[in-house]
Amino acid sequence: MNKPLRRIAIFCGLLVLALLIRDNWLQYVQADALQDNERNRRISIERYAQPRGDIIVDGKPVTGSKATSGSDFKYKRTYKNGPMWAPVTGYASQAFGANQLESIEDGILTGNDDRLFFRNTLDMITGEKQQGGNVVTTLNSAAQKAAYEGLKERGKGAVAAIEPSTGKILALASYPSYDPSSFAGNSTDTDSKAWLKLQKKTNPDDPMLNRALRETYPPGSTFKVVTAAAALEHGLYTDADARTKTPLPWTMPGTTTELPNEGNIPCKDATLRVALQYSCNTVFGKVGSDLGNDKMLETAKKFGFTEEQFVPVRSTASVFSDDMNPSQTALSSIGQFNTAATPLQMAMVASAVANDGKLMKPYMVDELQGPDFDPVEKTEPETLSEPLSPENAQILQSMMETVVDKGTGTSAKIGGVTVGGKTGTAQHGVDNSEKPYAWFISYAKVSDGSAPVAVAVVVEDEDADRGDISGGGLAAPIAKSVMEAVIQSKQ
Amino acid sequence: MSSTPNTSTQHTSTIGSIGTPSRRNTELGLLVFAVVIPIFAYTNVGLAINGQVPAGLLGYGLGLGLLAGVGHLVVRKFAPYADPLLLPLATLLNGLGLVVIWRLDKSERLQQLAERQYGVFSPSAPNQLLYSAVGLALFVAVLIFLKDHRILQRYTYISMVAALVLLLLPLVPGVGADVFGAKIWISVAGFSIQPGEFAKIIIAIFFSGYLMVKRDALALASRRFMGLYLPRGRDLGPIITIWAVSLLILIFENDLGTSLLFFGMFVIMLYVATERTSWIVIGLLMSAGGAVGVASFASHVQARVDAWLDPFGCYETSGACEQIGQSIMSFGSGGVMGTGLGQGHSDLIGFAANSDFIFSTFGEELGLAGVMAILLIYGLIIERGVRTSLAARDPFGKLFAIGLSGAFALQIFVVAGGVMGLIPLTGMTMPFLAAGGSSVIANWALIGILLRISDTARRPAPAPASNPDAEMTQVVRP
Repeated sequence: MNKPLRRIAIFCGLLVLALLIRDNWLQYVQADALQDNERNRRISIERYAQPRGDIIVDGKPVTGSKATSGSDFKYKRTYKNGPMWAPVTGYASQAFGANQLESIEDGILTGNDDRLFFRNTLDMITGEKQQGGNVVTTLNSAAQKAAYEGLKERGKGAVAAIEPSTGKILALASYPSYDPSSFAGNSTDTDSKAWLKLQKKTNPDDPMLNRALRETYPPGSTFKVVTAAAALEHGLYTDADARTKTPLPWTMPGTTTELPNEGNIPCKDATLRVALQYSCNTVFGKVGSDLGNDKMLETAKKFGFTEEQFVPVRSTASVFSDDMNPSQTALSSIGQFNTAATPLQMAMVASAVANDGKLMKPYMVDELQGPDFDPVEKTEPETLSEPLSPENAQILQSMMETVVDKGTGTSAKIGGVTVGGKTGTAQHGVDNSEKPYAWFISYAKVSDGSAPVAVAVVVEDEDADRGDISGGGLAAPIAKSVMEAVIQSKQ
Repeated sequence: MSSTPNTSTQHTSTIGSIGTPSRRNTELGLLVFAVVIPIFAYTNVGLAINGQVPAGLLGYGLGLGLLAGVGHLVVRKFAPYADPLLLPLATLLNGLGLVVIWRLDKSERLQQLAERQYGVFSPSAPNQLLYSAVGLALFVAVLIFLKDHRILQRYTYISMVAALVLLLLPLVPGVGADVFGAKIWISVAGFSIQPGEFAKIIIAIFFSGYLMVKRDALALASRRFMGLYLPRGRDLGPIITIWAVSLLILIFENDLGTSLLFFGMFVIMLYVATERTSWIVIGLLMSAGGAVGVASFASHVQARVDAWLDPFGCYETSGACEQIGQSIMSFGSGGVMGTGLGQGHSDLIGFAANSDFIFSTFGEELGLAGVMAILLIYGLIIERGVRTSLAARDPFGKLFAIGLSGAFALQIFVVAGGVMGLIPLTGMTMPFLAAGGSSVIANWALIGILLRISDTARRPAPAPASNPDAEMTQVVRP
């Protein structure tokens, strides 16, 4: 009976071998995939096992952690001034996951990032608990406060402010906003209810929408800055003060429709400077249709349109359509028809003009730090593109400065500072049935010639009288206070 | 190995016959490791969970040491030539099992789960320690009262009846208890027993006795058909019976594991007894037929197969794969080195984390390294069992030993393979590791029987009587 016995022994050996192979497959080959499986609750347990690192603005954390009991998760996130910073931080909730910076920099904040491996190993040996690192942002708390408070006074809207020379984001506000602390835990009573109240389904104001990055609005007349840039760059006009051949009224090509101007303004054969100063639809509509879809699209793309931006939080791509006929191109060139832009995008437009034609890649994370504040990664400014030559940029600057000096944007004037800007009032809704959006984009230049801030403001104010809605009236004061805040904090 | 050309020292294996050393001191040395390692593990868990050496360490160490010591003394006295590895290996597994069960008792998540489901949480480790003591008592009883395993031959048919009764007992209304869908428990005087665990040993007695008598008939009286030796119809009777019984278990008790175990054990023993490959083929065909047949109409089995094919697919919809999905993630999260005892989250598996799924905790907390070590320990136990079978001098002992070892191997494969997602999940326990009285008691008895057979096998043959003729012819002078 020994021969079959030996075979059975081999068979048993094969059974054990099969288990060993399977185990190696699971615990070696598949281990990482299983660890990161979306259903693996260990990820969230780990995320809240120790206090998270902080998100830092101006050297002070805007986040915190507090110990909780009675669940898998030991610490929960707290936020200082949550609604104001929510468009920057995003949320980290035990029950509902994380988004924006809280999610993108999760590895650093929890301390699990591979770049902290050496330190974690050291901690393990010395018996220290793992700690989270910090995310240092580029934001300016005074500017953010000015932006948020300004929006709060005037209604729904968003603000994005950029430092033109580097691309650092200085303010990123959205209103109405939400407090991420209100659902940071995982209690079904308080946290789930708070979460549910903030959802778009139950709350038409959609407070969790990050309007500065994720909402596109028709940019209205502020887009005329892009159209002017295209006219200069493609050589259609080379001088801000040369007369354009624009009849008044002007009928859009291929149609019998006249493009109207707002009010009775001197747009007949107006120079680019005057056209921007009074916001002439006819001039810029004609410029757009003369240049044609391709050339307009090319310049718009150079300013960042049609691409998502990663700051590192993703922003929605702004729209300038392809394949439009001349009349549609004309409408698009004054920021109507299909054209749509995020506040960040319009801030990029202003910042490229202010930075002598060079567009810097916008970013909001200055530095990632380990738990003991040693730098892990520093963001270096990067050039995204050069939509304008320096000469043309200066021409456009002088035009935008005229707008603030004696045009539609006078309410953004700041004493002792050169401000360039452009107002916008964007029609939207079917047959313009809804209240228009008030836009203002601007930059400020201080005495030494540097431009510390470019800003874009959009206000959707449903309470204002229709007639009162204008970029100059509603949005420009907010832009002004943001610019002032930045200039003051630089001094 | 000694350099002196002494034949006895060169036969260190179980197979050696004359002059085999008893190896009792080897066993004692190994037992020291088998007690010390779990004590370290216990300390480790305490430090990881509470940051201090657990209060029960002394009691636990003394308890495990006492169990091992008693086991060793009894083996030394009643089975002096028994295999030296089996007792230490079983002790080590039992000790580690106790540590991990205690560790899972400490899990807040499981405590809350128990309170939600039953209103009260009761720790399993103290019971397990008690059951281990009962198991060791049965082990001692086997060694003391079973002087010769061949006595069991007399009870061949009684064993069959007893095994069938045990197996079918859970189906009797009033006695059987339906626990989580599997009717494999009986409730007697407040204790629940899984009779299948004991039936495993008893049915091995029946198979051994029956096959020893019938092996010639089964092996030789057959017709050749398409290259296979097919048995006569009347010899096929018991095989069909076993097949039918295992299918009945599967269908009525929802117990995939036990039916696979019984049928597999029977096929192995049949093959060893008859030395005919045809039995393997027939066995495989029958089990495949049975499995497909049952799987196609039993929803319970179907759900398990689905969960095996796609461990995360039904996660959201039916939740039928929650356990296996959690178990696989447990293994994956452990990685190569594991999280360290007490520091994993295998308790996410929920109920049965300390019984059917205890291996996942080993996987997460000891990692690939630890699991491979555990699997190799099981492999060694199986290997010592097969060696015992090879060394046994009587066909009954051979069959009995291979039956028990084969069943043990199948059980390891089915359970570990199930929780690792290699095969569909069945509901069985990892011998010695899992919480569960029946399992640990029955497996201690199994080890006791293997030790008894190996003692008989390795016992030196009596010295041959001196031949009177030799004296006469030795001195021949020319």
